Amino acid sequence: MEKKSFVQTLIHGTDFDHTQLSALQKVTLRAVVMSFLFFGLVAIEGMIMRMVETGPSNPLPKMFNHPNHFFSIMTVHPIVGIFGSTYQLVFAAFMFLVPYLTKKPLYSVKLANAVWILITVGTALAWIAGFIWHYAPLYTLYWPLPADLEQFKLIGGFVFVIGVALIMIGTIGFIYNIYATIFARTGVHKNKTTKELLISGFGIDGLMNLIHKLTGKPPYSKEPALSLPVVAIFRGTVDTFLDALVILGAGILVLVYLIADAGGVTWDVHTVDSLLYKNFFWWGLDLVADGLVLIYVAGSWYLLATIITGQKLFMENVARAALLLELVVSWMVWSHHLLADQPQPEMMKLISGEMVTAFELLTQGLALFITLVTLWKARPLKMSPELAYLLGGLVGFGLAVPAGIIQADMGMNRVLHNTQWISFAHFHIALIVGLYMTLYSALYVLWPLVTNNTTLFSKKLTWTHFWLYLIGGVGMGAFAGMAGLDGMLRRHLYVNGEFNTWMILAALFGSMVLIAWFVFLFNIVMSVGLKGLVGIFLPAKDNVASYGLDEEPEAAPETVPAQQ
Amino acid sequence: MFQTSLELLRFHWAAYSIYALLIISIIAWFGYNLTRKEKVKSIVRIPFYGYIAFLVAGGVGHHIFTYNAIPWVAEDIMRHDIKADHEYDITVAKHQWKLPEKPIHFKEGEKVRFNVRSEDLTYGFGLFRKDGTMVLQMQVLPKHRNDILWTFNECGTFDLTSTEYSGPAQYDHETGRDKMLIKDAVVVDCKQKLAQK
Repeated sequence: MEKKSFVQTLIHGTDFDHTQLSALQKVTLRAVVMSFLFFGLVAIEGMIMRMVETGPSNPLPKMFNHPNHFFSIMTVHPIVGIFGSTYQLVFAAFMFLVPYLTKKPLYSVKLANAVWILITVGTALAWIAGFIWHYAPLYTLYWPLPADLEQFKLIGGFVFVIGVALIMIGTIGFIYNIYATIFARTGVHKNKTTKELLISGFGIDGLMNLIHKLTGKPPYSKEPALSLPVVAIFRGTVDTFLDALVILGAGILVLVYLIADAGGVTWDVHTVDSLLYKNFFWWGLDLVADGLVLIYVAGSWYLLATIITGQKLFMENVARAALLLELVVSWMVWSHHLLADQPQPEMMKLISGEMVTAFELLTQGLALFITLVTLWKARPLKMSPELAYLLGGLVGFGLAVPAGIIQADMGMNRVLHNTQWISFAHFHIALIVGLYMTLYSALYVLWPLVTNNTTLFSKKLTWTHFWLYLIGGVGMGAFAGMAGLDGMLRRHLYVNGEFNTWMILAALFGSMVLIAWFVFLFNIVMSVGLKGLVGIFLPAKDNVASYGLDEEPEAAPETVPAQQ
Repeated sequence: MFQTSLELLRFHWAAYSIYALLIISIIAWFGYNLTRKEKVKSIVRIPFYGYIAFLVAGGVGHHIFTYNAIPWVAEDIMRHDIKADHEYDITVAKHQWKLPEKPIHFKEGEKVRFNVRSEDLTYGFGLFRKDGTMVLQMQVLPKHRNDILWTFNECGTFDLTSTEYSGPAQYDHETGRDKMLIKDAVVVDCKQKLAQK
C-alpha cells in the first residue's frame, strides 16, 4: 500500500470509507463522536477546577477563580460528563449491540438519531445556562436551592431545566428503542412470547436454572431467549427509565416555581419538604450510580470476556441471577446518601444506607469473579488493547466499589461525607478508570464492526493512551481522595491553597488524562480522516438497521417496521 | 479503639492504601499470567462459596467493626436517649451562623449536643481542626431538627463552616473567601490543663 503523507492521512484517514457505512453504523458513530467531544470538555472543566483549588498562584485567568464561575463549572461538569459523554457512548454502543446480539434490526434509526441530537442539544443548553447566566445549584439540586432566585437568574434556571429535560426525553427515546427492538417478535424471536422475553430479560431463567440444579430437576431453560449482555442491557435500562422519570419530575418542580416567580407569584419553597425531596431525588439519581452503571458495566464485562476469549461465560446462570438480585439492591440503597442527614430515620440509614448497600460488594464482586475466571480459563491470551482496557476497568471498580462501601457506614460517613474522598477515591475512579476503560475496551472490540475494518492509525498511540489514562486516572483519584481524608470538602471553594500539595499532584495526574484524550482523539481522527469525520454525519446510502445479517428478518406484524 | 476522627482517618488511610496496592498488584499479576504460554499454577485456589462468604463477611463485618471501634456510632443512634452535658441551639439563614456564644466553650470529655436550624437552604454543620482536618459534620436541612451529639475526646480550638454547598453567596464575590467560616468557633479545654489549674 502506498504510504500517505501526514496531511493526506489527516484528510482521508487510513482506509475509512464513510460511504460504505449503514444507517446503524452511522448513527452509532455520530453519538460516539459527540460523546468524545464532551469528554474533552469535561476533562478541561475538571482541570480548571483542580487548578483553581491549587491556590492563588494558579495561572488561570481571574474569571475562573470567581465563585459564580467556579460553581457553574461544578454544576455542568457532571451533566456534561455523565449525560453528554457517558450516556451518549453507552447508548451508542447498546443501540448497535442489541440488534447485533439479537440478530434483529434496530426498531428505529430515526429515533436513534433523535436520541443523540436531543442529548447533545440538552447538554449544550445546560452548559450555556452555567456559562452565561451562572446558574449553579449543582447536580444534586438540593431543595430549595434550584428555585433560589436571590442567588440565580430566572433565565438561567429555565434554560438549565429545559436542557436537562431534553436529555431525559432523549434518554426515554433510547429506552423505547431498546425495548421495542428486544420485544420485536421477528428473526430468532419470531416464536417467543412477551412473557418468555420478560423472564429472560429480568434474569429469572438464570435463577430458575440454579434452583432446578440444586433440586436435581432438569434445566428450566436450556436456551435462554436473550443472551447475557442483552439481559444486562434490559435490566439496566429499567433503572435508566426510573431515573429519567425522577429527574424529569424534579425538573418540573423547579420549572413550576420558576414560572410562578416569572408570573409575579411568590410561592413558599418550604411547602416542599426538603427531606422528602432529598429522598425522592436520591432514590432516582442513585439508580444511575448504583443501578444502571453497575449493571451495564457487568454486562459489558461479560460480553467483552466472551468475545476476547471466544469461550462461554463461566457460571452464566449465576451471572443472570445476580442481575436479578441487583434489581432489588439498586432500588433500595439510596439512603447511603443521607447518612449525614440527622432527620432521616435511623432504620433507613441502617437498612438501606448500610446493609443493602453492602450487597453491592457481593453483586459487583461476583461480576469481577466471573469475568476473571472466564479470562483465566482461556489462557494463554494475547495482551491486546481490548484485554488491557478490560483489566484496567476491573482495577477501577476494584478500587472504587470498596471505597464507596467504606463510606456507606454511619461511623465513617460522619467524617467522610461530602469530602473529596467520595468524589475522587470513589466515583471519579469508578467513572474515569472503571467505566471508561471498560468502554474503551468495548470501543476497540466494536471498532472493526462499526467502521468496516478500518485500520487504526497507530497502535503505539493506542498503548500510549492506555498507560497515560490508567496512571493519570488512578493517580488523580488517589491524591484528590487523600485530600478528602485531610478534610477537603468536595463542594467548596478554597482560594488560599489550603490543600495545594494534594491538588498539585491531582492536577499533574489529571493532566495525564487530558493528554491521553488528545492522543486518543488524534489517533481516531488520523484513522477516519477529517473527511470521514464529516461523512459520518451525512445521510447513509445503506438504510440497513441491523449488522451482520445476510437479509434483515421481516418485521413483526404487530410492531412498526424498522425505519430510516 | 478510636477516640477521635483523626485516629480513625489515619487508620483508614493506611488500610485503604494497602488494599489499593494489593488489588492493583493482583490484577497486574493476573494480566501478566494470562499471557504466559506455560500455564502457571494458582497460588491459592479460591472456592466460589468461600469467595462469596468473604464478600458477605467483608460487607457485614465492616459495619460491626465500626460500630464497636468508633465511639460516635452508637451514640448517634441513641442520641435522643442520652443526656448531654451542654446543649447549644444554632440557627443559620442567608449564609450566616447565629451562635449562642462565641466561642462555644466546654471541657474535654464532655458530651455536647448541637441543635442546628436552617431558615432557608440546605447547609452543612462542620467543625474543623486548625490543620483543616474534620472533627465532625452533619447536613442541615431547612425547617427540620438537625441535632448531633458528640463526646469531645480531644481538646483544642475548632473552626466552623458549612460542609454543604448552598450557592455562591457563601463566598465573597471579589476574593472568594468563605463567608461562613467562623474561626475559633468552638474551644475545648484540655483535661490536663484543667488538672494543672
